[in-house]
Amino acid sequence: MSSETKQILTTDGIPLEVSLKKAEKKNKIKAFLLVAPLLLFLFITYVFPIGEMFTRSIDDKMITNMLPKTFKAMEKWDGKELPPEEVFAGFYLDFKVLVKNQEQGKLGQRLNKEKNGFNSIVKKLMRQIKRNKIDETISIKEQIMKIHKRWRNVEYWQAIKRTAPPYTMAKYLKGMDMYYAADGSIAQVDEDRRIHRILWLRTLEIALFVTIFCFLMGYPIAHLLATLPMKYSNLLMICVLLPFWTSLLVRTASWMILLQQQGVVNDFFVMIGLVADNNRPEMMYNKVGTYVAMTQILLPFMVLPLYSVMKTISPSLMRAGKSLGGTPFVAFWKVYFPLTIPGIGAGCLLVFILAIGYYITPALVGGASGTLISNHIAYHMKETLDWSFASAMGLMLLTGVLVVYWIYNKLVGVDNIKLG
Amino acid sequence: MSKNPEFVKFDKVDKSYDGKVLVVKDLQLDIAEGEFITMLGPSGSGKTTCLMMLAGFETPTNGEILLDGNIISNIPPHKRGIGMVFQNYALFPHMTVYENLAFPLRVRKMEKDEIDKKVDKALSMVSLNGFETRMPGQLSGGQQQRVAVARALVFDPAVVLMDEPLGALDKNLRESMQYEIKHIHESIGVTVVYVTHDQSEALTMSNRIAVFNDGKVQQLSSPAELYEKPVNSFVAEFIGENNTFNGEVSDVSGDKCKVKLSNAEILSNAISVKSKGEKTTVSLRPERALIEPNEKMDNMFSGKIEEVIYHGDHTRVRVNLLGNPEFILKVPNSSSNLELKVSQEIKIGWNSYDARALDPK
Repeated sequence: MSSETKQILTTDGIPLEVSLKKAEKKNKIKAFLLVAPLLLFLFITYVFPIGEMFTRSIDDKMITNMLPKTFKAMEKWDGKELPPEEVFAGFYLDFKVLVKNQEQGKLGQRLNKEKNGFNSIVKKLMRQIKRNKIDETISIKEQIMKIHKRWRNVEYWQAIKRTAPPYTMAKYLKGMDMYYAADGSIAQVDEDRRIHRILWLRTLEIALFVTIFCFLMGYPIAHLLATLPMKYSNLLMICVLLPFWTSLLVRTASWMILLQQQGVVNDFFVMIGLVADNNRPEMMYNKVGTYVAMTQILLPFMVLPLYSVMKTISPSLMRAGKSLGGTPFVAFWKVYFPLTIPGIGAGCLLVFILAIGYYITPALVGGASGTLISNHIAYHMKETLDWSFASAMGLMLLTGVLVVYWIYNKLVGVDNIKLG
Repeated sequence: MSKNPEFVKFDKVDKSYDGKVLVVKDLQLDIAEGEFITMLGPSGSGKTTCLMMLAGFETPTNGEILLDGNIISNIPPHKRGIGMVFQNYALFPHMTVYENLAFPLRVRKMEKDEIDKKVDKALSMVSLNGFETRMPGQLSGGQQQRVAVARALVFDPAVVLMDEPLGALDKNLRESMQYEIKHIHESIGVTVVYVTHDQSEALTMSNRIAVFNDGKVQQLSSPAELYEKPVNSFVAEFIGENNTFNGEVSDVSGDKCKVKLSNAEILSNAISVKSKGEKTTVSLRPERALIEPNEKMDNMFSGKIEEVIYHGDHTRVRVNLLGNPEFILKVPNSSSNLELKVSQEIKIGWNSYDARALDPK
């Protein structure tokens, strides 16, 4: 609107915009109050945990808090040669406090992760301090260096200095099979010890193939659902939705019964003579099991968005395509298929994102070669109790999902998604 | 080029969907080349089924359909070369107007220049030049409808089928589109098979009308004949307005007959009555009965006015006449108008050659 336009007034002489705002205000407050519980719930269950995960994943304050005097003294140290007397003195004072609180074990473990061999020399130092073998009146540097030769090795002091910052990206690097080398640069883990990268790639691969399988199987089903007369399509719909109403665990367990070596499927193969009885193929505890079970479980997530889109496509469009001279294939490919793309997009995105973080099914039927990154996250949460590493990997997974979403938005456009 | 009077031929066609009920019964219909033929009937009368069989989306249960002398029952729809305009236009929503029109030409592997030329010609035919890059969703209902017509004609089909194409338009637009389609038909001479349940649409546009009911063609004739000379009471009732008397034939002489009602006897044309004692329904168009006629008419009765409804150009008068309380009269609006009041007794007369004694209802 141009500035010359006269302000519109209501009959009472109040500016129209002001009056409108006043009239709408009450409704707006009401609407906000109605959604407020949900916003609060989302914040508590979603935003807050993710923030918590993030701080946990980069948190490295333990040693920072344990060795305050050491790090203060280390600020002046260039880190190239053995540190000066003040660093040793600071370290001695910090360590004495730790010994008094019986916390030196934690320090040893944490430093041992940074550099092997710390645990034993920390214990040795502890014993010397407990026996009051250290004379505080003469050079502490000399005395500590005498306790073990590793204290004379500059690499160990460099390792302590590396733990000084309260935050670290080390967990993220570990998730990608990388680590901070002694000189602080980023290095690759030896080839035979790289496990995470394989897991990431396998997760992506399985999610991608499960999505493709779901699409190939779900598209015809959805089409059938959308075109069959009501009484048949309802029955088919129940068949599609039935897995939804069954516990995930029960479904996975039934796949175990079907797929195991002495299972129903193998028995059938042997019966029809497809495979020899003593040479039954392994269909479980490997990728095959994961593929089969996950495709079946995620299929409804593909079928439902496709169905809801296909339902809105008028059958006369295909007829028009045919009557205008297109073969059934051309009519399908040029007319029907492009109109189902929003459904394909929604279904694929849904299945892919669900598959990338799938947990129970691969844990039960996946075996060693069929487990995914989420199983590894669970392993670190429950077995090694390395929660910060689990958090880091969880966030990497979340970032991965967001990247997929971003790529999808660039390719198809999120506005084109139709979930039904 | 001599016109083939049997360009499209339905030969003893039956159609049933469930094996129990016949939707189309023994259809025998010839459509001449270049003709505009309308299939008219109430919903469920089988007219759309006939169209779908012609287009190839349904197969006849029995009998054959011939196009230009060739049996087409086994030819798939995309090889029939029949254009079709659908009820909801069926424009491809993800393609521009140009792409919609180019679709039938592209699948026929035409050159780009030729496609451009033909699309341009088709668009100018429906006066939509300059709309090539629009999407169907950006067009009004009437414009979409014209694109659909242009698309059905752009590949020069021998026959164009239209399935209630104007059903979704409002009244004024519908009327102007009726003329437009009629003019397009006249200018390019394509054979059109048109399906509608709107009788005024059928009467305005067609060369011939086939009235469908109950899976059968009730009457196939020109619009004028259909209105003036319905052959049975369904057609008389379905086309235009109609006054009826139910009675029994008391005498037949030549093409005239006497029909005995409960309290009087009327004279009428004998159409489907043969002998004395038959039950019959006599049909009479409202505009053929006059109030207080000056001339001598062979049917003259008096009745009581029940209702007077002013319609502008004419006034409708409902009269209780000879035991029929629904007898309608149309009185044209003229300066010498009669004073008509409810419960007034008036004289009403009509000629026996305007009344038709048909099959009983």
